[in-house]
Amino acid sequence: MKALLELSNVGMKFDTPKGTFEALKDVNLKIDSGEFVSLIGHSGCGKSTVLNIVAGLLQATDGGVILDKHEVTEPGPERAVVFQNHSLLPWLTSFENVELAVKQVFKKTKSKAEIRDWVEHNLELVHMAHAMHKKPDEISGGMKQRVGIARALAMQPQVLLMDEPFGALDALTRAHLQDSLMEIHAQLGTTVIMITHDVDEAVLLSDRIVMMTNGPSATIGEILEVKLPRPRDRLALADDPTFVRCRQQVLQFLYEKQRKVEPLPKRESPKAEADRKRA
Amino acid sequence: MVTLTFPTWMEPYRALATGKMSGEQWQALLRQLIWPVMGMAIFLLLWQLAAQRIDTSLGQFPGPVDVWEQAGSLIDEHQASRAKEAAFHERQEKYIASRLQQQPEWEPVYREYTGAPTFFDQIGTSLITVMSGFLLASMIAIPLGIVIGLSSTAHAAMNPLIQLFKPVSPLAWLPLVTMVVSAVYVTDDPLVAKSFLTSMFTVSLCCLWPTLMNTSVGVTSVSQDLTNVSRVLRLNALSHVRKIVLPSALPMMFTGLRLSLGIAWMVLIAAEMLAQNPGLGKFVWDEFQNGSSQSLGRIMVAVIVIGLIGFLLDRLMLMLQRALVWDKSSVQR
Ligand SMILES: Nc1ncnc2c1ncn2[C@@H]1O[C@H](COP(=O)(O)OP(=O)(O)OP(=O)(O)O)[C@@H](O)[C@H]1O
Ligand SMILES: [Mg+2]
Repeated sequence: MKALLELSNVGMKFDTPKGTFEALKDVNLKIDSGEFVSLIGHSGCGKSTVLNIVAGLLQATDGGVILDKHEVTEPGPERAVVFQNHSLLPWLTSFENVELAVKQVFKKTKSKAEIRDWVEHNLELVHMAHAMHKKPDEISGGMKQRVGIARALAMQPQVLLMDEPFGALDALTRAHLQDSLMEIHAQLGTTVIMITHDVDEAVLLSDRIVMMTNGPSATIGEILEVKLPRPRDRLALADDPTFVRCRQQVLQFLYEKQRKVEPLPKRESPKAEADRKRA
Repeated sequence: MVTLTFPTWMEPYRALATGKMSGEQWQALLRQLIWPVMGMAIFLLLWQLAAQRIDTSLGQFPGPVDVWEQAGSLIDEHQASRAKEAAFHERQEKYIASRLQQQPEWEPVYREYTGAPTFFDQIGTSLITVMSGFLLASMIAIPLGIVIGLSSTAHAAMNPLIQLFKPVSPLAWLPLVTMVVSAVYVTDDPLVAKSFLTSMFTVSLCCLWPTLMNTSVGVTSVSQDLTNVSRVLRLNALSHVRKIVLPSALPMMFTGLRLSLGIAWMVLIAAEMLAQNPGLGKFVWDEFQNGSSQSLGRIMVAVIVIGLIGFLLDRLMLMLQRALVWDKSSVQR
């Protein structure tokens, strides 16, 4: 079977005031239809850059991306993006935010009533039907992120791209949204690429975890297949041997093989500080 | 039983009436009523004291009481003038009716009443002029601001011009505008007076800039995330401007519009004074030239009315802003 999405020899060089900066080099990845893939790696390694190239928001300087036999040259609704900070239009209600996307994608194929139903259906999918006429300012961070996901899903994308969708949320809300996302993925079979910093999240949700090396010239270091049956239950998995082993492998990659030596800001111990103050 | 709910600002008065004032409500009462009234009273007192010590060639500088009287006489004059006008029209009607009876084939000629404009007529003229000038300026500044904000080429091309013309005083534009209007606007049957056009264009030229600058800054600062949303949705250029850019820039645009209207009002009075164009500015100038013992008092009435109208115009913009702008935090006082 041919892959739905294929990144071949993708490289990205940025022009900076200090000369060219090679962020990515030789990124090769094939993703099948319906797969859930996570990208994990240290901060600044180039995860967002990869995602933005797939989205078409950035143009790779080397290599290219092929989605369903077509080369990606510009952004489009068939590669819907869920942004890290929700990116809802603050002057529109949840309903109107989703509606904007639906109208844009389906204005030729759906009637007015069908559009309204489809918007409502997608808001229900993320459990946001009760607050659909509220503006982003009037709902919580987790709810905003849900609406962002509904907006992306409503475009019926071939690939759903998510850049740290739950990064800014508290642990409980995050767990809720992860469960919702698994539910939706099982129901719709959408192909998903998700960036995350959270190892547990990656293992829980993914079919494959793509681990990236540190930049500059970052590339794919290892790919881990998570062979856990679905539906997955976070409580049951907590001490499942496969889950624990996968988790272990990702942690090893991040903290041994790709250990990031960042000079931490020097901090005095409380005692030393107290001594200094007394002096 | 009926429970009355009071607006929050009335809460202190209700508490005062029922004799139950909390410390916080005392504070609110002081802030809302007592301090403003005290400030006003002290101002009136100082004004009265100072006025007694200033002798001008037109007599003593008017104190609050003189000004109050002059305000009354301006109202009386206005009413007298309106009564005269009504009488004039009545006489004309009668005359035409009686003549038509004798001479049915006669084409009646209606004449307009031509009395000198009263203080209130001048207020009306000024308001119409300022609004027209402001609307014209907005109609130019908002689209231009959007273009400058969207295109760095347009920005580079226009920025020097904007910087050059922005600080120009209305008094410098006025002679040029007057000459151009006289040269270009030649009709036998003018729809509007030349003086109106001169004042309006001068106002527009001077109050254009804050709206232009703020709109362009508002457009430039549309968040990258929202632009990305628009790109993913493949919105075309027009939808992008309508759905993303304009709403994003609206708060800044309104800040600019409010500044512009304030400037428009100030510029208009100066322009009317200098060019002797009908309006409040001309009223002030005429009184100054007139030089009777009441003139200073009447000018003072005009000063207060000008201030009051400026304040009301600003409130009007504020209300509009509150009603239209989604980002309530951008609306200051
Ligand atoms: N427009 C740009 N110009 C120059 N350098 C850039 C640009 N965008 C990204 N970079 C650099 O490319 C590298 C990768 O950035 P990227 O945002 O993809 O990292 P990331 O893995 O998403 O990090 P994080 O986890 O913190 O979001 C960084 O070193 C960044 O400084
Ligand atoms: Mg990133």
